[in-house]
Amino acid sequence: MAMELDVFVGNTTIMDEDVYLLWLDGYTVSDAVSMRMKSGILEQCGASQDVLESDTMDHYRTFQMTERLLHNPSKLVNQLLFQIPPHRQNMLIERWGGGAAIVKITVQKCYKILNPFSPSLAPSLPPSLALTGRYYAFDEAFVREVLGKKLSKGTKKDLDDVSAKTGITLKSCRRQFDNFKRVFKVVEEMKGPLVENIHQNFLLSDRLARDYAAIVFFANSRFETGKKKLQYLTFEDFAFCAEQLIQNWTLGAVDSMVEDMDVDLDKEFLQDLKDLKVLITDKDMMDQHKSLVCTALRGKLQVFSEMEGSFKNLSRGLVNIAGKLMNNKDVRDLFIDLVEKFIEPCKSDKWSLNDVRLFLTQHTNSVRALDAFKHQAVWERYMRVIQSCILKMYHD
Amino acid sequence: MPGKLKVRIVAGRHLPVMDRASDLTDAFVEVKFGNTTFKTDVFPKSLNPQWNSEWFKFEVDDEDLQDEPLQITVLDHDTYSANDAIGKVYIDIDPLLSSEAATVISGWFPIYDTIHGIRGEINVVVKVDLFNDLNRFRQSSCGVKFFCTTSIPKCYKVVTVHGFVEELVVNEDPEYQWIDRIRTPRASNEARQRLISLMSGELQRKIGLKVLEMGGNAVVGYLQCFDLEGESGLVVRAIGTACTLDKLSNPSAALLPACNSPSKEIKEVPFSEDPNPNTHSSGPSTPLKNQTYSFSPSKSYSRQSSSSDTDLSLTPKTGMGSGGSAGKEGGPLKTLLRQQTQTALEQREFPFFTLTCFPPGFLVHVGGVVSARSVKLLDRIHNPAFVGIMGNTRSYKLLDWNSFSADEPETRDAWWEEIRQEIKSHAKALGCHAVIGYSESTSICEEVCILSASGTAAVLNPKFLQDGSLDGCSEHRLSRQPTYFSTGSEKGEFDFLPLSKDSSSVLGLEEPSPPSCGFCHIPYDELNMPFPAHLTYCYNCRKQKVPDVLFTTVDLPVEAAVTGKGCLIQARLCRLKKKAQGEANATAISNLLPFMEYELHTQLMNKLKLRGMNALFGLRIQISVGENMLVGLASATGVYLTALPTPGGIQIAGKTSSDITYEQHISNMQKKINDTIAKNKELYEITPPKLFALDPEVSTFKGQNTEMSEEIIGSPIPEPRQRSRIFRSHSESSDEISELDLSHGKKDAFVLEIDDADAVEDIHSLLTDAPLPAGFYSCNTEIMPGIYNWTTGLQMFTSVRVFRLNNVNLTNQGLNKIFNDLCENLLKSLYFKLRSMIPCCLCHVNFTVAVPEDELIQVAVTAVAMTFDKDQAQESWKASVDKALMKVIAENEEQLQFPLELCSDSPGAQPFSPRKGTVSLGLQESVSTQAIPEAQRAASVEYSSFANRCNSWIELVKVKALTIRRGSIKTTSSLEKASPQALGHARVRSTTAYTGSTITVVKMTPLSFIPGAKIVKYVGIINMFFIRETTSLREEGGVSGFLHAFIAEVFAMVRAHVAALGGNAVVSYIMKECVFMENPNKNQAQCLINVSGDAVIFVRESELEAIPVQPQTTSSQASNGGADVTT
Repeated sequence: MAMELDVFVGNTTIMDEDVYLLWLDGYTVSDAVSMRMKSGILEQCGASQDVLESDTMDHYRTFQMTERLLHNPSKLVNQLLFQIPPHRQNMLIERWGGGAAIVKITVQKCYKILNPFSPSLAPSLPPSLALTGRYYAFDEAFVREVLGKKLSKGTKKDLDDVSAKTGITLKSCRRQFDNFKRVFKVVEEMKGPLVENIHQNFLLSDRLARDYAAIVFFANSRFETGKKKLQYLTFEDFAFCAEQLIQNWTLGAVDSMVEDMDVDLDKEFLQDLKDLKVLITDKDMMDQHKSLVCTALRGKLQVFSEMEGSFKNLSRGLVNIAGKLMNNKDVRDLFIDLVEKFIEPCKSDKWSLNDVRLFLTQHTNSVRALDAFKHQAVWERYMRVIQSCILKMYHD
Repeated sequence: MPGKLKVRIVAGRHLPVMDRASDLTDAFVEVKFGNTTFKTDVFPKSLNPQWNSEWFKFEVDDEDLQDEPLQITVLDHDTYSANDAIGKVYIDIDPLLSSEAATVISGWFPIYDTIHGIRGEINVVVKVDLFNDLNRFRQSSCGVKFFCTTSIPKCYKVVTVHGFVEELVVNEDPEYQWIDRIRTPRASNEARQRLISLMSGELQRKIGLKVLEMGGNAVVGYLQCFDLEGESGLVVRAIGTACTLDKLSNPSAALLPACNSPSKEIKEVPFSEDPNPNTHSSGPSTPLKNQTYSFSPSKSYSRQSSSSDTDLSLTPKTGMGSGGSAGKEGGPLKTLLRQQTQTALEQREFPFFTLTCFPPGFLVHVGGVVSARSVKLLDRIHNPAFVGIMGNTRSYKLLDWNSFSADEPETRDAWWEEIRQEIKSHAKALGCHAVIGYSESTSICEEVCILSASGTAAVLNPKFLQDGSLDGCSEHRLSRQPTYFSTGSEKGEFDFLPLSKDSSSVLGLEEPSPPSCGFCHIPYDELNMPFPAHLTYCYNCRKQKVPDVLFTTVDLPVEAAVTGKGCLIQARLCRLKKKAQGEANATAISNLLPFMEYELHTQLMNKLKLRGMNALFGLRIQISVGENMLVGLASATGVYLTALPTPGGIQIAGKTSSDITYEQHISNMQKKINDTIAKNKELYEITPPKLFALDPEVSTFKGQNTEMSEEIIGSPIPEPRQRSRIFRSHSESSDEISELDLSHGKKDAFVLEIDDADAVEDIHSLLTDAPLPAGFYSCNTEIMPGIYNWTTGLQMFTSVRVFRLNNVNLTNQGLNKIFNDLCENLLKSLYFKLRSMIPCCLCHVNFTVAVPEDELIQVAVTAVAMTFDKDQAQESWKASVDKALMKVIAENEEQLQFPLELCSDSPGAQPFSPRKGTVSLGLQESVSTQAIPEAQRAASVEYSSFANRCNSWIELVKVKALTIRRGSIKTTSSLEKASPQALGHARVRSTTAYTGSTITVVKMTPLSFIPGAKIVKYVGIINMFFIRETTSLREEGGVSGFLHAFIAEVFAMVRAHVAALGGNAVVSYIMKECVFMENPNKNQAQCLINVSGDAVIFVRESELEAIPVQPQTTSSQASNGGADVTT
């Protein structure tokens, strides 16, 4: 004796936030049921286990049906199959038509509650947006494993290792990976600002769109992030760095009117970086640079003597990184180089973050006083990114 | 050539990828109507094509316009092979044919494929230019409005209720034609969908013709069903109630009809109780009791002959009515009533009404439920006429069975005729001349078919049945041609009807038969009671006899006095049956049916008593037949009618045994039952009013109430019970009857004998009915008695479960338990799902059971969950009413005309709006015994849950009143003129409200209203039929995944059609059919769903408040226009 068929369909699609999260996390129906039972929901409502099973099944089916739409969230807005709760969605949709500025406000506001890490606050959200946001949200642990890897079938095959390592279900890993890949595919060849493109095509919140931009950017340039020395860095660190790189080193950074991709670095600029070598090859210039920095920082730096001792090494490290960036392969090692050539030496000398900041600022600015140096613009464009990246990455 | 249909294909979106190589589609569209087809250009390589086609024009007969659906097919162009179909859209253009419905159909429609489901959407614009055709002999009935709603639609006023209309068409089922062996499932499904669409169109047209013939202009309570008889064909049948409806010029205030002539209006005012101003002078409020009439036994008591003329059509008779009781007296008045109304109704072949909700005063008495069932063997509907017509130009020529069936003895039409006759005679036996809340259904298994019909026998106020009698002067003049049915009845006499005593009763003055209890009074004669029953004097008016229990298939009348809240009561039953073939099978079923009805009835009665209630509304009994079992499900809403006596308890009687443990067991059970009753009374707030404790009658007759004392024993509530047993001294015969009752007959309703395992089971199941979770109420009627403050939360849903019985050796009990659990668990699931809506009420809970296969039981539920405000107690709305009243009084002083307007308006504007229907005298009493007369009066004007709403509404009326005084010449024809304009406004509003969103939110509800909103326009009837099939069941998520997707798709398509008509809601939504078949071994499944409802435009009441200026201009313009016409 068994229930052959059991469905519930509402004119207004009922979506339970908790079950949605369980589904996103890749739990099976039976796992989800037992987890829901632990939450004490049965006692609250005086229901039995089979009621919960039937309810969970209904939700899972609904989510499976919506998944197709979630892959292309702009469809979700004008699809007819599901009537997702009226007034709030209506309001949101009206705002969409009303102009981007309002949209951003709405989205940002929503995101505050929508933050994937605080699910308890979410029910008051416009569900279609919540749905998308939730669907495209990712686990920190997962993204650190995949960041900078090629979003290929090969990587997907290795997801079971990732799953084992992170404790995230394989199903969930696959979904997150597919999301990365889907977004990547869509915006890869697109013109215009990367964040905006993601925002438009996937209706993601501003914050989430930025995160995806970072993921796409890293995947495209295949930056190395998995090395042991880089393990201490969070996704947020990398996302920040990616934003800096996108804003300063890509083609779009020079001229916003350029109809080119935000994803690729400005090749010409990378070529020009070779010219910075003069800072370390020209001994006079290097000495002059050192004395300028030392004069300026004397008394201000707690690690002044250490700085004085390692100035040449650090300076050489920074400039050498710049010189190597014209090779694609070396671009990938940007972050490992920054750690090895700069962050680690500083750390071993116990520089404080403030020391690093003062040093880098002075180091960058002092170059202006070097009359013989002709590449001020390139130097500053380079150092702006390096400086903020190092500062972001300079922690335990 | 009386019509030009124009179609434009605008664009498509979200199309599926049809070309794997390019991941794109080269789409084009074929537009077909009748035999004409147009094509758009191919829009290459796009999933979002923009065709922007020209207008495709079809010049067609209006007959075709009514029958044919517009068929739009989206295809993928393929240079080398045949073009692939992406999917289709069928559009019923009927709404465009009525001037009062939609004017254009425009919007995004899901492209539907019977194999793949929804595949993208297409934007279509459809218009119709109708030419006036005055041909008398035309076969079309354009312009007749159809409503699924089983009450008078909200923005209409009823002029006349003409009566029952029915029609039936048959055809071969394409699925069973020889060609089906060679064509694809898709082609076969599409042929079926198209055929049923065509048949529905024809059916509607034919019914429309009948309505026109009767002089009506609308069909209300239209119920269309199809019977898949398999090999023997496909039957589409429909029933409805023909009416003449008048559009209210402005939905929020119906003032125009009142302004025709001031002098009349004053008479009409009293809540439009008096419809007949012309004859009004005959003194309406003559106290009836003082008049004596000779009692003449009506011929309605003549024994009806059994209609079962063959072994096969055994029709178990059930006068399930007032389950209990009888008395006599009260004859003269009733006889008169009968005589009067008979004249009005007798000419009608079937005085049936599919309505379940009536204008105040329409319903005079209710007799009880009448039902008839008949088991038939299906034969192939073979007819030589078929062959001849198949060769015609049309692919499917439909046959009206009537026209060919003269020589066929066993036709579907004759079957139904037989059943209806039976119903009619049952009603007569109950002393009633009409049947209301009438419905018909079938259950088919292989070649056996059970036809069922049921309704409520009632006595109606004939004033509504009279042509032209309800409205003002001009309409009356116009209806000069003698109409079919309503001739020869002398109008003057109708004023003696107890309910037409209008003003005084509603105003709370002394009144012999107030509307709050009048319908409970027995219509039959005490001396000739059709069945044994206990009668008592009405607890409300003390003047008339009432039965102790009342069963009906209609909704609770708005004016009824109810104590406490109601609840859903279900009786469930399974009976095993031997597998058999042909006649043997039919005979076996026939033999089982009476027992099933009896048991269902007993269960209902017990459950009703367990809840301490005394009446059932909306009773619906469904008996489904399967290969090896019969499944019966009865659902109703139990209430405590203040007018009826308090029900007795349930007493358990064991077999005489000295066994102490057994005795113990019995007394435990008794205690449990008594506890449950007490708990239920608390839960449903049933505290019978003690208003009449001091009534002289009680004290007078108490002394004679001796023989009843035995019965009190075991009754947990002896005190009220005592009061319920009051008999007049001369009512000896009724005493005898009641004594007889105790020894057999209805006894089981009170005493449960535990003499076998069955009974123990029964009691057990009685007690295991799960209680409702806190915050939930449920009912299967339109509204929940006792809940008035609805908020706007609304969730319509459909839930389907199929249970497989693997255990072949099941007993009846085992089966019963399984079925009972199935229903209970389903309800529990619903409560859990909807927990976020608490406090809420599940309304119109509609269960359907089926036995699709040998070991499968299918239960489908459609209902709506509505939130209500728990804190807003009755006191607060009373306060708001009081407040409104103060205003009324204030206005009254300076402006005499005003309150009259107000009064005449309220019943007209919202004749039976359950939400704001008139609050009856009785209700007031149950709330508070010291309700001041003014409050009662205000309450009957209009009740609204929000004070400000009420005020603003009065404001609105005030504005209108001024306008009306300014205008000088007004006629009813101005009303006609006014409507399109007023609607234009409404339309604009509703569309502007949704600009910016690409998709209109469409609400769906099985109820006839939307809480917190006003329906401003009906844009057309929705009647859709879909088939979905799959050959990859597992891949689509198994049977549940398949059906889940399909139901969601059906909802989506209904919403899209409504939105395209300009509507934003579907009311009276019903899923009439959900036939699910599967073959898991072949990985296949098929499902057919038939849904219907009324597409409407509604405006939130909060938005309405801004309107008052608008109607003012509209109405003045309109009335000026009207003046031109008539002068």
